[in-house]
Amino acid sequence: MMASSYNAKEEDGHHPGASNNGGAGVVKSKKPDNTAFKQQRLPAWQPILTAGTVLPAFFVIGLIFIPIGIGLYVTSNNIKEYEIDYTGADVNNACYNCAKNFSWNSTTPCLCSVPFTLEQPFESNVFMYYGLSNFYQNHRRYVKSRDDSQLNGDQSALKSPSKECEPYRTSEGQPIAPCGAIANSLFNDTLELYHIDSNGTRNAIPLVKKGIAWWTDKHVKFRNPGGNDNLTVAFQGTSKPVNWRKPVFEMDPSDPENNGFINEDFIVWMRTAALPTFRKLYRIIQKKSSTTPTLPSGKYVLEITYNYPVRSFDGRKRMILSTISWMGGKNPFLGIAYITVGSICFFLGVVLLIIHHKYDTRNSSADIPS
Amino acid sequence: MLRRRLNRLLGRVENRVESRTIYVGHRSSSTNEAIIPPKFCDNRIVSSKYTVWNFLPKNLFEQFRRIANFYFLIIFLVQVIVDTPTSPVTSGLPLFFVITVTAIKQGYEDWLRHKADNEVNKFPVTVLEEGRRIQKESEKIKVGDVVEVKEDETFPCDLILLQSSRVDETCFVTTASLDGESNHKTHYTVPDTEEDLETLNATIECEQPQPDLYKFVGIMNINRHDQESAARSLGPENLLLKGATLKNTQKICGVAIYTGMETKMALNYQGKSQKRSAVEKSINAFLLVYLCILVSKALVCTTLKYVWQNKPGQDEPWYNEKTQREKDTNLYLKMFTDFLSFMVLFNFIIPVSMYVTVEMQKFLGSFFITWDKDFFDPEIKEGALVNTSDLNEELGQVEYVFTDKTGTLTQNNMEFIECCIDGFQYKYPDASSELDGFCVTDGPVNKVQEKAGREKEELFLRALCLCHTVQVKESTEPGQGQEDGLMDQVDGEVLHPPREQRGFIASSPDEVALVKGAMRFGFTFLGLESKNMKILTRNNDIETYELLHVLNFDPVRRRMSVIVRSNSGDTLLFCKGADSSIFPRVKQEEVERIRMNVERNATEGYRTLCVACKYLSAEDYAQADAGLREARLALQDREAKLMAVYNQVETGMSLIGATAVEDRLQEEAAETMEALQGAGIKVWVLTGDKMETAKSTCYACRLFQRSTELLELTVRTLEDGGRKREERLHELLLEYHRKAVQDAPSIKAGVTRTWSSANQDYGFIIDGATLSMVLNASSESNSSSYKNLFLQICQNCTSVLCCRMAPLQKAQIVKMVKNSKGSPITLSIGDGANDVSMILEAHVGIGIKGKEGRQAVRNSDYAIPKLKHLKKLLLAHGHLYYVRIAHLVQYFFYKNLCFILPQFLYQFFCGYSQQPLYDAAYLTMYNICFTSMPILAYSLLEQHICIEVLLDNATLYREIAKNGMLQWRPFLYWTLLGVFHGLLFFFGVRYLFSNPALQDNGQVFGNWSYGTIVFTVLVFTVTLKLALDTRHWTWINHFVIWGSLLFYVFFSFFWGGIIWPFLKQQRLYFVFANMLSSVSAWLVIILLILLSLLPEILLVVFRKPRGPHARQKKPVQSNVGGHQSPRSSARPLLMRTFSDESNTVI
Repeated sequence: MMASSYNAKEEDGHHPGASNNGGAGVVKSKKPDNTAFKQQRLPAWQPILTAGTVLPAFFVIGLIFIPIGIGLYVTSNNIKEYEIDYTGADVNNACYNCAKNFSWNSTTPCLCSVPFTLEQPFESNVFMYYGLSNFYQNHRRYVKSRDDSQLNGDQSALKSPSKECEPYRTSEGQPIAPCGAIANSLFNDTLELYHIDSNGTRNAIPLVKKGIAWWTDKHVKFRNPGGNDNLTVAFQGTSKPVNWRKPVFEMDPSDPENNGFINEDFIVWMRTAALPTFRKLYRIIQKKSSTTPTLPSGKYVLEITYNYPVRSFDGRKRMILSTISWMGGKNPFLGIAYITVGSICFFLGVVLLIIHHKYDTRNSSADIPS
Repeated sequence: MLRRRLNRLLGRVENRVESRTIYVGHRSSSTNEAIIPPKFCDNRIVSSKYTVWNFLPKNLFEQFRRIANFYFLIIFLVQVIVDTPTSPVTSGLPLFFVITVTAIKQGYEDWLRHKADNEVNKFPVTVLEEGRRIQKESEKIKVGDVVEVKEDETFPCDLILLQSSRVDETCFVTTASLDGESNHKTHYTVPDTEEDLETLNATIECEQPQPDLYKFVGIMNINRHDQESAARSLGPENLLLKGATLKNTQKICGVAIYTGMETKMALNYQGKSQKRSAVEKSINAFLLVYLCILVSKALVCTTLKYVWQNKPGQDEPWYNEKTQREKDTNLYLKMFTDFLSFMVLFNFIIPVSMYVTVEMQKFLGSFFITWDKDFFDPEIKEGALVNTSDLNEELGQVEYVFTDKTGTLTQNNMEFIECCIDGFQYKYPDASSELDGFCVTDGPVNKVQEKAGREKEELFLRALCLCHTVQVKESTEPGQGQEDGLMDQVDGEVLHPPREQRGFIASSPDEVALVKGAMRFGFTFLGLESKNMKILTRNNDIETYELLHVLNFDPVRRRMSVIVRSNSGDTLLFCKGADSSIFPRVKQEEVERIRMNVERNATEGYRTLCVACKYLSAEDYAQADAGLREARLALQDREAKLMAVYNQVETGMSLIGATAVEDRLQEEAAETMEALQGAGIKVWVLTGDKMETAKSTCYACRLFQRSTELLELTVRTLEDGGRKREERLHELLLEYHRKAVQDAPSIKAGVTRTWSSANQDYGFIIDGATLSMVLNASSESNSSSYKNLFLQICQNCTSVLCCRMAPLQKAQIVKMVKNSKGSPITLSIGDGANDVSMILEAHVGIGIKGKEGRQAVRNSDYAIPKLKHLKKLLLAHGHLYYVRIAHLVQYFFYKNLCFILPQFLYQFFCGYSQQPLYDAAYLTMYNICFTSMPILAYSLLEQHICIEVLLDNATLYREIAKNGMLQWRPFLYWTLLGVFHGLLFFFGVRYLFSNPALQDNGQVFGNWSYGTIVFTVLVFTVTLKLALDTRHWTWINHFVIWGSLLFYVFFSFFWGGIIWPFLKQQRLYFVFANMLSSVSAWLVIILLILLSLLPEILLVVFRKPRGPHARQKKPVQSNVGGHQSPRSSARPLLMRTFSDESNTVI
């Protein structure tokens, strides 16, 4: 890529100058040392970028990037994705009533079901996301409103949460566990998926709720106070977040490995999103056998327990079904970017080649007389 | 500083009102009259800035006057007071560090000054008090004290000479450390003071202190009990200045009249003010731009925040309620604190670390000057010295060099080279130099062997021995009478041949050289006693001549003569002078034989003098004698009358020979000057010396070439026209202006190069008296227009010579140029105390570790052993330092712009909530650890062009002239680059995050992953950008660049690998590792780094590659250079001593 010339200047033979100073021992310290460093003569590599050296680099970059880009683009296109907006913002939406009649105090859950049809089968594992829009999980006040030592199982933090959790720090004189705005606003819609057979029966599709959070989060960063057994006792003397319907130790009573702070839905939620429109992993639909697709094409129903209000801040709620490739979810950006950059490099390479050719001939002819 | 100025100002006001009265020895004129002891300042010299107790407040105050420090203080306070997104530690710690380090450095420097002051102030002196000798510390001398000074001591304050140990009531003084003149000056005691100083009862009335070294007016009233009080006038010849040294006189007594800070020396000093480099000014300008960017960013965000919050449900959605305190806060206060919070969030755009890095670069970089073995001088066994590291880069920006002559350009060491008697060339056989070879191989070879007639030889040598004003340095053994002592000495010398040990004292070093030259040929001048000059001839006979008259040298006549009467009764006139002034006055047939020799000598760079003589008949002499006596006594127009008589006497002589004296230039002085001029630097010579001497030096240094047309503005030219000086000055200025400025249209192009190759070079000569006329012209309007004319003329001249300058005038000139249009960067170089004021005044002051004491070195910014070192200091070190620091500054602004821009953009996506994009650790470490070392290494080691090439091609210096790399254009380029990178980083990742499921297990990334990806791209891009700019990869660069990238990776792993117990939030826990497990993140990082560097690579390619041409030295070329230097030193130059009439305009 670079033409280079090694310009190693050898040091003069005699080293720190005292020896040849002829007995003037007192003054020897004043004579500067004749070392390569002090004389700024360290051997140095002096790369010179010229058109000739950069040209192949451009072609190489172009040749590498374009195939990668195409690969990425194709991969992204092969990913199947299906998205349902169930906010209930307009009258036609199935959840319109739930959204409209939402109240924090209602005890009966509002249910709504959205039927949809998959035109194409989803072959491999299908990942079920919920998506929120115009939800500022990255708002500073929101982001800092948590207590990581409480979530890590620290007893003292459990009893007296960090001040950052205000105004979700205490309720009715008791510390909130988990404290803070993030925990308080935990997404609590329940989504269930049913496949409708050709004969009309609803088959519940099994949704796996494990493996949706980062392994390190689940096993290190989040810990229940005093181990995973007997969470009721561990959380004694704390109060549930104000907007929660049930306390933290009842998140998943069936599975002690998924209860309390180490509940994966909770952990996923606690990883604040980067942008106001985001998606979070909700469930995984495992591929059952190699012969049948995970989700064959056909009719489906999404059953929603509508608990989570978003209308007040103009938000949107979505359910996304997506397959995943080695590069993650569907995103054509990378592929396009790679193809573009690759092409630009290639194009520049061609332009440079032409310029270089012309310049070179002119230059060499100019060099002769001089 | 200010205080002193004020005092001086007040002093001046006082000055007009009153003079000071001094009671010699504190004895009042009459006993019944009570003495009101007048208050004068004590004899303490204070150059230090702080005392122990005012150090802290004063130093802190001065430090926080710096715009940057103040800004960081404000940011720190805001962080302490307001709820901000980042901790106060992030800006407080670096600020504390900077302030402390600077305070320690300045404290140490001031301690050194205290030490130096004490050395002077505690120097023991002898004071006569009530007839006793009392040892005192110098600082305790009061005005009115009678002080005794011994030989070779310096005067502790300004004294009026009362008594000298010499019989003739004189003493000799050298003022080398004041005005650079190393010759001995004679000062006289006040006439009629009594022998016994105890009984002396006198008062002195004199003017208030003023800085002019050559002016002094006073009256001494001597009261005697029996008589009327006698008044004696006092002039500069009675005044001994502090700083001057007593020579050749055993001891003197004098009364102190000005002490301490009121001495003329102290008044000629200017306070050492903080020098700021042009780069620092640029930094401050850029800082302001970035401050504006910062404030506008904060304003935009604040405004948008409130606009955004106005929409229902945005300000406080149910999931994100405010605390009670936030709700209670007043809206406007809230807005203000929001604004401040944004400021704090974005404040990294102006990093404290830049100041730390710049300071470190300067400090560490200056070691390379100290370490440079090329600056080591084996004679004094010392290398260069760096007194301030703030100005390293200024060395690469110099446009004007002001140089002292004596001791700087020349060694001030005259040597008799050869003489020519009656057309035959004589050369002292031992004078072995390169020039011998030159002569032997040249034409007039035969003549060296040939001899003129013995009679003529001896006449010539006698002339050399007699025609001068040299004094023999006497032995200082006390006791014996002067005559005896001398006779003894003479006898001794007859017996013991090494006569050259003899010391001579003269007002001009050439005269000494001539007398010594004559001695080499066997004629020794033994001394002058009561009008009798004794010389020892070749035959060891002592001849005595009666000195009848001395026709003194003056610059208009340009010759001097003596009239002597020999033993045999003949009256002889010997005259020596410039060829142009001698030739018309001798018989023409004699001229031709000698003219050739004189001209050859002149072109070889020697100072030539012609010697003529004339026998005066008794009548002639009587006539001349009468004329001279009459003219000397004339009260009016004495000068003119004397001149007329001189001219009358000095006619019809016969030319007997010519001499050539070499004023030894410093080693490689001419090469250095040539290199400086090649680098586009204008060289001005400012000297206290005579014009003739200075001019010849200029020729010798090739500052003036043969083709240079000299524009002379001196007392001589002013008096030529016979009109009033003012008118003549006006006329000349206009004429020169027309010549140099208006008739040279090519100058308009503005490029130095075009004009130096223009057809006509001009050299300008001005002397001190004329300069003060130009600067202080009678009417206000004239003064400014004269000054402008003068400046314009000077700026269009290749070189300017200012002679007969007082130290303060030197500083005035420097100041004038410094403040002229375009405010060019000036550099002063000198070796004596007389250069201190200009060294302090110029942007860069360089001291030469010469013979004239350490004053200049102490006050300089850099000190070098020899003038020749200036070339490397400017062309290599200065150039490199400038390029390094300019790149450092631009790079720092760039890297912080693209660091903060994504953070700014992120505000648009997080509800303008001041959410930082990066983790706090990254925010703090970015400038301190991740990106600081590579640029520091770069700014210490970079050699975009290697040193040898820089030294060989002086023109390369012009490429960076006028602060070229820190102008707005390059700044804009870097800023745009920063913006481009910032946008690219942010939006590249933004589009990637439109689907945050980036892992192959479907899991999603959060906001900290977002920030970490951006940050990773940022660190890599910024470091690789520097790698692309690096042209000189030493192992240190490799180590530091790849090392800091590796460090970043390891740090991120480490930082995210542990639950940190002291952290409130574990934001980055495994974020980095998870990021690396995502293929998409890898791909986007690579893509973005490549895309941001693409334009850079393109630019490098398209820019004409300077590297190979400049770097690859052709061996042939270096050979040529190697040959040239000895040759050029061997043929110094066109130079004429007193005889350059032909080139002068007038």
